[in-house]
Amino acid sequence: MRKSSRLSRFNIASLTLGLAFLYLPILILVIYSFNASRLVTVWGGWSLRWYHEFFNDRAMIEAAWMSLEVAMSSATIATLLGTLAAVALSRGERFRGRTLFSGMLYGPLVMPEVITGLSLLLLFVALNAERGFWTVTIAHTTLTMCFVAVVVQSRLGSLDRSLEEAAMDLGCNPVRAFVAVTLPLIAPSIVAGWMLAFTLSLDDLVIASFTTGPGSATLPIRIYSEVRLGVKPEINAICTLVIGLIAMVIVIASLASKLSSEQGESAAPL
Amino acid sequence: MSSRRIFARPARFAAIAPYVWMLLFFLVPFGFVLKISLSQTAIAQPPYEPVFDLTAGWAALSAAFSALSLDNFRLLASDDIYVFAYVRSLTVAITATALLLLIGYPIAYGMARLQTRWQAVTMVLVIVPFWTSFLIRIYAWINVLQHDGLLNQILLALHLVSQPVVWLSTDSAMYIGIVYSYLPFMILPLYATLAKMEPVLEEAAADLGAPPWQVFWLVTFPLSLPGVGAGVLLCFIPIVGEFVIPDLLAGSNSLMIGQTLWLEFFTNKDWPVASAAAIVLLAVLLVPLLLYERLQKRQLEQGR
Repeated sequence: MRKSSRLSRFNIASLTLGLAFLYLPILILVIYSFNASRLVTVWGGWSLRWYHEFFNDRAMIEAAWMSLEVAMSSATIATLLGTLAAVALSRGERFRGRTLFSGMLYGPLVMPEVITGLSLLLLFVALNAERGFWTVTIAHTTLTMCFVAVVVQSRLGSLDRSLEEAAMDLGCNPVRAFVAVTLPLIAPSIVAGWMLAFTLSLDDLVIASFTTGPGSATLPIRIYSEVRLGVKPEINAICTLVIGLIAMVIVIASLASKLSSEQGESAAPL
Repeated sequence: MSSRRIFARPARFAAIAPYVWMLLFFLVPFGFVLKISLSQTAIAQPPYEPVFDLTAGWAALSAAFSALSLDNFRLLASDDIYVFAYVRSLTVAITATALLLLIGYPIAYGMARLQTRWQAVTMVLVIVPFWTSFLIRIYAWINVLQHDGLLNQILLALHLVSQPVVWLSTDSAMYIGIVYSYLPFMILPLYATLAKMEPVLEEAAADLGAPPWQVFWLVTFPLSLPGVGAGVLLCFIPIVGEFVIPDLLAGSNSLMIGQTLWLEFFTNKDWPVASAAAIVLLAVLLVPLLLYERLQKRQLEQGR
């Protein structure tokens, strides 16, 4: 409360300008997706024309489905693996190769995507794996499970361990104590982790380009190849749909984290 | 204490599945990159000559080791295109990170001074664009920056320029795109350290007669250094290997290393050289990566 008086005009200006900078381009894109004119910059009145165009574009629809399927499956596998990794790191204390394990988990978070994509492609080629849905899913799982692990781990770290210990004092074995006590407490961060993995997968262009095969492009790959040729109003419509989907995901995730903060713990930032 | 140890054993078993996964799909692939970077280019599918074949046994393996070639690396060092690409990548990353720090710091600082309730709101507002598609955000800027785009329309309407300015395919457009995309990565760690800081320290400095800039420079900024470090490295490393933003917003006359690697791989189909370029990039990035890990470790120790 005492903090309120310390806000200077400079603070307000930098906050306003910063947020405007972050949101204006997206807002403009959404508005122009409803533009009736073929020329992207000339306003020709409101229209859903470009949305119709998108829903009649077979290749784009197929790419959108591919993206959704990859995002769903990779987010699910990544959440399972990432949660296990988080449990191992925050509750496993010391085990052999722990440093390597945490190193590998932080690696993909900062590694340039070109390197991750290239290395996975070379692996798939060496294994003679047919590239397509599964190779992209595996690649996205590898990337996103690291984000899940970080999100879940931060929640596990802030959890009061005496709850688990109490359950075990009352006769639970560790696995049961985890399932009955810890899991419900970290559930919101697991949901948030899934959402993050889903949106990251839906968004990824570089890794998908390296690991997908001919004829199975994801939505970002299609959008990218269109964008390179110039701005098209149809792309504005697709992008608005993706933004809408992600906004929905964020609302659900923030409800989940609100739930977790109502349970008495401070919510993880993601 | 004892129950903690009982808990530790099954938790260790939890590591098995993700451990194996990361070994298989993160660590082992680098072995393949290394192997292919040492092999010869060939016009075939896959477009390289396998240096050794594991099925052929030890004799073949040792014979192959003598045939390993460093030609691809020699090519990288002697070809100006690659040397320039590395230099440009580092220049762009340093410049963009400096810009990000200059722009992100005041925003994070403003956030940290808000009421607690509004801090949470602005935090969400900063994170939301990070969830929104990377590609779409760059595309949104193409809308704004193109010849008859909004920026030029505004500049013309304000009579700041007499004819449209060329923004697309310039370095300014690329820097706008990079700063825009990475801003949340800079703001969040800065905000985290600034919000934790005791306002009493700044007040004490002011009470002792320090003018505001001195309070900032002698008290606030040094105390926020862990956040500065984390933000700088979180932005710097991925920007060095950036591909999408320079490809869509910058001109094509000087490429960054991520683009060169991509071109070599997809257009020239020279996988060995692309792999060698990736290895060198990895080696370049290992320095800030290790720095980052040390910093994190130190922060963790301080936090305890």
